[in-house]
Amino acid sequence: MTTIDPVQEAVNEVYVTHSRRVLATLIRLLGDFDVAEEALQDAFRAALEQWPRDGIPGNPRAWLVSAGRFKAIDGIRRRSRFDALDDVGERAEVGVLDAAAWADEESVEDDRLRLIFTCCHPALAPDAQVALTLREVCGLTTEQIAQAFLTPAPTLAQRIVRAKAKIRDAKIPYQVPTPAELPGRLDAVLRVIYLVFNEGYAASTGAQLTRHDLSAEAIRLGRLLTELLPEPEVLGLLALMLLHESRREARTSPAGELVRLDEQDRSLWDRQLIAEGRRLVEQSLLSRRFGTYTIQAAISAVHAEASTPADTDWSEIVGLYDVLMRNEPSPVVELNRSVAIAMRDGPAAGLQLIDAILKRGDLVDYRLAHAARADLSRRLGRIADARAAYERAIALTQQAAERRFLERQLADLQPPAPAPSSPSSQGEV
Amino acid sequence: MKYLCLVYLEKEKLRVVPDRECKASGDGFKKSGLLIAAEALQPVETAATVRVRGGKVSVTDGPFAETKEQLAGFYLIEARDLNEAIRVASKIPPAREGSIEVRPVRELMVDC
Repeated sequence: MTTIDPVQEAVNEVYVTHSRRVLATLIRLLGDFDVAEEALQDAFRAALEQWPRDGIPGNPRAWLVSAGRFKAIDGIRRRSRFDALDDVGERAEVGVLDAAAWADEESVEDDRLRLIFTCCHPALAPDAQVALTLREVCGLTTEQIAQAFLTPAPTLAQRIVRAKAKIRDAKIPYQVPTPAELPGRLDAVLRVIYLVFNEGYAASTGAQLTRHDLSAEAIRLGRLLTELLPEPEVLGLLALMLLHESRREARTSPAGELVRLDEQDRSLWDRQLIAEGRRLVEQSLLSRRFGTYTIQAAISAVHAEASTPADTDWSEIVGLYDVLMRNEPSPVVELNRSVAIAMRDGPAAGLQLIDAILKRGDLVDYRLAHAARADLSRRLGRIADARAAYERAIALTQQAAERRFLERQLADLQPPAPAPSSPSSQGEV
Repeated sequence: MKYLCLVYLEKEKLRVVPDRECKASGDGFKKSGLLIAAEALQPVETAATVRVRGGKVSVTDGPFAETKEQLAGFYLIEARDLNEAIRVASKIPPAREGSIEVRPVRELMVDC
């Protein structure tokens, strides 16, 4: 057994809790991502040298920011003796004059928001926003991100390099958006977080563990944003992620098969996450400025409240889908609403609505539309229709676990009479 | 920092935004010190693309790429950063009919 040096351990701990905050402030002071990252590494190297000798400073974060800034400016000065003073040098000099600014607690807190909004700037490609956020805000390594997204590491590294170059060349500012711009810009941030979450949640094959980490990272980001900017939709998104996350254990069988919401073992649902999610939903709804994430979370919360599938308050769910349709109408929302209506008023009512969507030409290539159609046809005893719809859904499904699920449903189709109608819902798993 | 805001419009919409409105918005930007130059362009049929390959100049007609929208004009603006440039671009009237390409202007690398 090796003994761990207590100071080394303390430095590691400081790294975990403070490195992203220190980086966020260094980017503001030095005006360049790469220079700031190098400064961050230098600062921790200095800590490893000096803390064992001088003891751990009272405010390690301030110490690290000072050390990082000093190292960066020192490096620039040394280089500038040989090269002409470049842009970075000029900006860092400004940083020196601005030295007092970093100590201001409020602007230091804002630095983390600045970092988030800069990484999620809409002028960057969406996949670059995701990569940059995970790299800079969450501190994942390029290799970790590449692995989680099943992307070759050099591709991902290049994506990050290009994004940083664009921030520099197009002069994307290190700013929290103005109140007028906030709604649109916040949408971009929430989209990135939800995308990261779904990347980790939807995957059911392959590198499961790494992908689970993505959901955890997204929830961590959601919590951070809730702390820094408690806008209703920020709370709504965090609630939505927590409520989905609460069902993680129940939604796959030990063999890795998908388990539908109505067939899940509800004792496996994480009550603590549900309680937290519900609190956040209520808080957001009270603001009266909520949006689609909050409504989706509210729907998820209604499911979470039902101790058995039969207890589900489908009227409430239909009502929430009505709100969602008014807020952000889309064929997919309409499909989910149709399924909820089928649960409330019977399969025929739902099937009629789904057929109307398909007849319009919407969702004809959307696997879940055909899967829902198949399920409702089955419950109405229209076996031939159900079979055709399952086959169509299977043909459109890319994901292995989902395809196996649909194939089981197809195999279970009994030519004779309709099975006793058991409540089931598509989509919500 | 200078930014070039390129105005794109579908052919049918080239005349939808009144010239008078564009003139007024340009004058407004000029007054607030944001505008360096703005011009409307002739339709794409009058365009030519010039390339030099291996020292040889080749000229082809039309734009460099086939898209539904065509370059209909530009605004050269002076903005603090990309966010301010986007803010200005979003106020360019044809932004509502087509799209505006905002591109940072590159300083020429010339020794003085």
